[in-house]
Amino acid sequence: MNKNDHIQTDRRMESGAPLLELVDLKTHFKTERGLVRAVDGVTLSLKRGESLGVVGESGSGKTVLARSIMGLLPSTAVKHGSVKFAGQDILGFSAKQMRHLWGAEMSMVFQNPLNSLNPLMKIGKQITEPLKLHLGMDKATATATALQLLRDVRIPEPERRLNQLPHELSGGMRQRVMIAIALACGPTLLFADEPTTALDVTVQAQILDLIGEQRRDRNMSVILVTHDLGVVAGHTDQIAVMYGGKLVEHAPTKTLFANMKMPYTKSLMRSIPKLSDPSHTRLATIPGRPPDLVNPPLGCNFAPRCMYALPKCHVEEPPLTPTADPKHVYACWYPVGSPEFEKRDAELQATGYMPEDFSAVS
Amino acid sequence: MSDGNIHGADIAVDAAGLTATGGVDPNGVSTSDATAQANADGAASKRRLGVGFWIAVFWLFIVFFAATFAPWLPFKDPDSNYIVSGERPPYAPSGAHLFGTDQDARDLLSRTVFGARVSLTVGLVAIGMGMLFGGFMGIMAGYFRGWWDRVISFIFIIFLSFPALVLAILITALLERSLRTISITLGILSIAPVGRIARATTISFADREFVLAARTLGAKNSRIIIRELLPNVLIPMSALALLGMAVAVVAEGGLAFLGLSVEKGPTWGKVILTGAGSRDLQKAPWIAIIPIIVLFLTVLALNFAGDRIRSYFDVRETAL
Repeated sequence: MNKNDHIQTDRRMESGAPLLELVDLKTHFKTERGLVRAVDGVTLSLKRGESLGVVGESGSGKTVLARSIMGLLPSTAVKHGSVKFAGQDILGFSAKQMRHLWGAEMSMVFQNPLNSLNPLMKIGKQITEPLKLHLGMDKATATATALQLLRDVRIPEPERRLNQLPHELSGGMRQRVMIAIALACGPTLLFADEPTTALDVTVQAQILDLIGEQRRDRNMSVILVTHDLGVVAGHTDQIAVMYGGKLVEHAPTKTLFANMKMPYTKSLMRSIPKLSDPSHTRLATIPGRPPDLVNPPLGCNFAPRCMYALPKCHVEEPPLTPTADPKHVYACWYPVGSPEFEKRDAELQATGYMPEDFSAVS
Repeated sequence: MSDGNIHGADIAVDAAGLTATGGVDPNGVSTSDATAQANADGAASKRRLGVGFWIAVFWLFIVFFAATFAPWLPFKDPDSNYIVSGERPPYAPSGAHLFGTDQDARDLLSRTVFGARVSLTVGLVAIGMGMLFGGFMGIMAGYFRGWWDRVISFIFIIFLSFPALVLAILITALLERSLRTISITLGILSIAPVGRIARATTISFADREFVLAARTLGAKNSRIIIRELLPNVLIPMSALALLGMAVAVVAEGGLAFLGLSVEKGPTWGKVILTGAGSRDLQKAPWIAIIPIIVLFLTVLALNFAGDRIRSYFDVRETAL
């Protein structure tokens, strides 16, 4: 299916070794207010063909994480740690060095398909340009490949689309085109930064299924960045929950949903409306705002908003602790299931999870 | 539950729409039909240039054609004096002189046509320079930001805060008052306004995700600027080009009033000036009024055509 495999075969390592490995990645921005710790010590690894969901609220650092890996940050960013892609440390790569990876080895699908296509360039041209650039295809081959890509992403009448401008297509179609462009050169790593946020719910599922399908067909790794736990549930192998620039829980998807440890993950889960709820159920929200990344709170970042926080949470930062399953790590002093948590949960249940004193705190 | 209700409502609306289009509406005017019609009209008019545009283009064509081929067309010599013995010039418009003559009995029609040569050249060169240099500087500033932006924006500010007229007077007074000097002077003056438009448009487009998308696909800066940004930036700039040309034509008229326009031959400004004395305006208004009307119509046509072209090519406006 993928005609471009031969180009990458020499760079592909023995199966089993991670394709992407982050060790203590830190991305800080120098601003007038001070140092913004947008990503603060993230360690992750992703095998080829696997998909990772990065979940968190706005401002949790998930987009910055994705862009740090891709090297798409402004020059005010200061990066530490290491990002290994296919065994190569790419964190210090210049834009010039990264350009060989962009498109060919890693590419990105953006949030808003209405904005991510050039309004004045025909769809066909937008797909064939990277093909000509990276793979040196001639016009005819590139056009044939573009047609195949449009068919792969299930766009009806692909021949006609090649000569259309983006505004002639619907939002869902444009996102499909965007995915086709991102897939064009056969990347091994695809970033999808909230790819369905701008689309309506029925189209959302189709787009996510499409990304999943292409991942399997092309044996490509996917990093799905989203704020919606529901989105990642069915489409990822592992989930990293981020809060305030830090990893707070990281586990294989099934393990995470079966056994959430971090109260923040639990709260995120609770804030998704459920069909089984009786009507007019008040939606559980997480009170307060994400932490100020210039002056993060002492102790656990989430403590000021956490209904289960005890004094220790406010002074000491919890380390990432493994559970019985070493792949499942979390950062919490009193995780779900601990005696302290259960005690507090019982108290909260009595008040219907709406403690009066809480609004005063936040 | 509530889902079912929504569907029910949808179906009801659909049914209403169907009956309306079917002409069952008792008032004979089906609302849904009327709105559909209005929408279709609105969309179509956006993609049509309109009669006014073609009139404007027709006028501009006449002016440009006459100006370009003036020496080969059967016009009278603009510098000869067509004195009819026994009568004192200026002569009013007549069969012999369609636009009349000025005080020296020179034919105003041919003076206007030959004046157009100078005025239009000045306009074209001025805006061409503005587009070339201003556009280049503006796009660089808007795309690279940082020091590029700081330096270029500062240059623009200097140009904009320096009184344009004073600069024009300075240059034309120090150098010879040739067509080249006047054109370049007005060209320099148009760099900053055009450049600022180019910079602002570039900034708004450079932040769009398609530029970032192009980068993530491995496009170089030069490619992004030429392929992704330039076509998008050129649309507002080309509309401005026609407007700017109009401004340059008028500016030449202004310079002529100060006696600083091109020295040799007629220009629109100079032709108007010959009839601008208060006594002439009362006794022989055609000397000033006719070239003024020609200048006015040309500037109007440039403005109008520029505006129509902008909205015609603005794909984004027609989207959604």
